[in-house]
Amino acid sequence: MNAPRLSKQVISLALVAPLLLFLIVFFALPLVTMMKSAVSDPVAARTLPATARSVSSWNRTSPPTVEMQAAFVADLRQISDDQLFGDLVRRLNSAKSGFRTLMPKTRKAALDTAGSIDLVALDKRWGDISYWQAVSVAASSKITDRNLLAAVDLQRDASGAIASVPADASANKAIMLRTFVMALTVTGACVLIGFPFAMIAASVDGWKRQLLLGAVLLPLWTSLLVRTAAWFILLQDRGLINSVLMQSGVTSSPIPLIFNRAGVIIAMTHVLLPFMVLPIFSVLIGIPKNLMPAAASLGAHPVRAFLNVLLPLGLRGVVSGSLLVFMSALGYYITPALIGGAKDQMISSVIAYYATGAANWGMAGALGLVLLAATMILYAIYLRLSSERETSP
Amino acid sequence: MNNPFIRLEEVSKSFGLLTVVEGLNLEIGKGEFISLLGPSGSGKTTILMMLAGFENPTSGAIWAGGKRIDSLPPHRRNMGVVFQNYALFPHMTVSQNVAFPLKMRSLPRAEVKERVGKALDMVQLGSLAERRPSQLSGGQQQRVALARALIFEPEVVLMDEPLGALDKQLREQMQLDIRDLHRRLKLTIVFVTHDQSEALTMSDRIAIFNRGKIEQIGKPSDIYDHPSTQFVAEFIGETNLVWGTVKSMEGGTARVQLPAGQQVLVETATDLGPNSKVCLSIRPERIKVGRREAAGNNITAAVSDIVYHGDHLRLIARSDGQSLIIKTDRSQPTLSIGDEVQLSFLSSDCWVVRP
Ligand SMILES: Nc1ncnc2c1ncn2[C@@H]1O[C@H](COP(=O)(O)OP(=O)(O)OP(=O)(O)O)[C@@H](O)[C@H]1O
Ligand SMILES: [Mg+2]
Repeated sequence: MNAPRLSKQVISLALVAPLLLFLIVFFALPLVTMMKSAVSDPVAARTLPATARSVSSWNRTSPPTVEMQAAFVADLRQISDDQLFGDLVRRLNSAKSGFRTLMPKTRKAALDTAGSIDLVALDKRWGDISYWQAVSVAASSKITDRNLLAAVDLQRDASGAIASVPADASANKAIMLRTFVMALTVTGACVLIGFPFAMIAASVDGWKRQLLLGAVLLPLWTSLLVRTAAWFILLQDRGLINSVLMQSGVTSSPIPLIFNRAGVIIAMTHVLLPFMVLPIFSVLIGIPKNLMPAAASLGAHPVRAFLNVLLPLGLRGVVSGSLLVFMSALGYYITPALIGGAKDQMISSVIAYYATGAANWGMAGALGLVLLAATMILYAIYLRLSSERETSP
Repeated sequence: MNNPFIRLEEVSKSFGLLTVVEGLNLEIGKGEFISLLGPSGSGKTTILMMLAGFENPTSGAIWAGGKRIDSLPPHRRNMGVVFQNYALFPHMTVSQNVAFPLKMRSLPRAEVKERVGKALDMVQLGSLAERRPSQLSGGQQQRVALARALIFEPEVVLMDEPLGALDKQLREQMQLDIRDLHRRLKLTIVFVTHDQSEALTMSDRIAIFNRGKIEQIGKPSDIYDHPSTQFVAEFIGETNLVWGTVKSMEGGTARVQLPAGQQVLVETATDLGPNSKVCLSIRPERIKVGRREAAGNNITAAVSDIVYHGDHLRLIARSDGQSLIIKTDRSQPTLSIGDEVQLSFLSSDCWVVRP
């Protein structure tokens, strides 16, 4: 490689470095941390520190040493939090069933008697090496699938097999489904409003086009709170829409438009509309102007010309717009929080609850991971479809 | 014309304050190939768009096949249109493009298939039926557009500079192809172009447009040999325009005095009063060099430039302040700049044009 080329590469590297650094520090690292917290499982390692230390020198095939047993008993005496102990039992039991009865018995003995205890005499299961293997693995490993399973309403039962959680405790799947349904509804609404709008905007020019595009971009330029205040004014029971409807006699009592699903959908559609209109618009203005006249001259009624020519050609814009809108809608948090009721919260608010309310970073991370995975799968499908369209003859 | 197929009657079209077509009267016969020729902006496309139904006349009436059509929407006019840049549907294959008009007419599938096959064979594109327009050359796209405009057997085919984007060789080939189709299918074709040689070689009649009005309309030979105005004479082919004063008029022949004093004889159908100023058009290829014509006009001139053109020579000669262009074959004895030459032309090759 010669010198000028090298220096050129150095310069281009220097130019992208700030962005790269920014992305790594503020995007990639938090993401990795989040994902790690979703699968990290420190409970056994945290509750059994002395055991973890002493099993590190054990070869896992010879009978348990006396130090290991002593360390284990000492660790058990240290656990004062019943909740934490329960976690530990569940964790161990998920690896080998039998711990559920063995552990409380052992803990009771450890707390009742001071000094060393002969564990095998207490319960002959401690003579079984496989129990010690389970303890050793749990104490020295820090990874679990518990959070990920819980994120999709699954858990490991006593035998360690995957099972669904009882119906009254399961909520995540329902909220996830609700999130997808709402995002899909918003996307559909954006297509229905956005496509005709983009068509009009592409067919006029000059100040009219600027005005139309400005109108659709407006939500991006106004502050969220101003926008929300505007929605309150519009959508509340004595708001603009309801008073017009009531005065014109369409309804006798106000239609609830805010703090419910309808309000959230309206507000989200409003905010996300630009992401639908702009891709469709840019595709439509790229379509040669004389195709529609050509279709008409060949005998196509305007409706058929639209269905056969403009729609298929504009579909690329619809697909990329839909993808943008759908993916943004999946992660919406503030709008449902402000405009929606308790039953309209999307998965983001559950994540926020775990992250800031319950300080359960593991669950927050796991839910985030599931959302990310779902989004990536959709994106992969989109890429697959769009590349197929381009390569097909 | 006693039974015109298309008739435009006092058709005008304005865009805001700009009047693009003004009081146009035009009759087109069935099976006729008529070219609309004129400089850029003279309103040719606008007329075509009004025929096709994409623009509405501001005033006037358009008739086709005995019916008034100017309020009929484009998809019900049954006119094939070939657009300047073809306007093929990029998301359809060649055969889907060609099948489009038949699909819109809800023809049975088997018939569509058969007719598409025939149409593609007619334009020699049978082997490319499954390609997309983007995978075709300009000439091939052109032929697809042609097949698509002809497949539904329209009564009229409108073409807006269909060959404008092709190179010279391909353009000449396509000119012959279109002329051949016109004859075989007995089509009525309205052909817009601003290429005068294209109009001369292809048309039954040519309408020369200038600023939204017909300047002259007639057979190619009429237009070329007997241009009625200075604009037409200059627009079609190349010509020498010479101003003079009428001295006398006997029968169909006028004696015109040029500014430098020479007198020439001019055949004309119009009666020219003595001392009226006239503009004469003399085609460069009608002027003979180095020969005296007893029955014609003879002028001596000095060669001021010689330009070699392969198949012919172009001389620029000056005679008493008047510059003349002469096209001559290469059998001429070698001339050089500054030589004195004898120029002659017949009185019938000298044509009076209106300014
Ligand atoms: N939709 C329109 N709005 C305003 N002016 C127009 C419109 N269409 C055409 N014009 C004007 O009408 C005049 C004639 O246009 P037209 O396209 O008919 O010319 P043309 O003879 O086809 O020229 P060319 O040879 O360049 O294609 C031009 O001055 C053009 O600017
Ligand atoms: Mg034009």
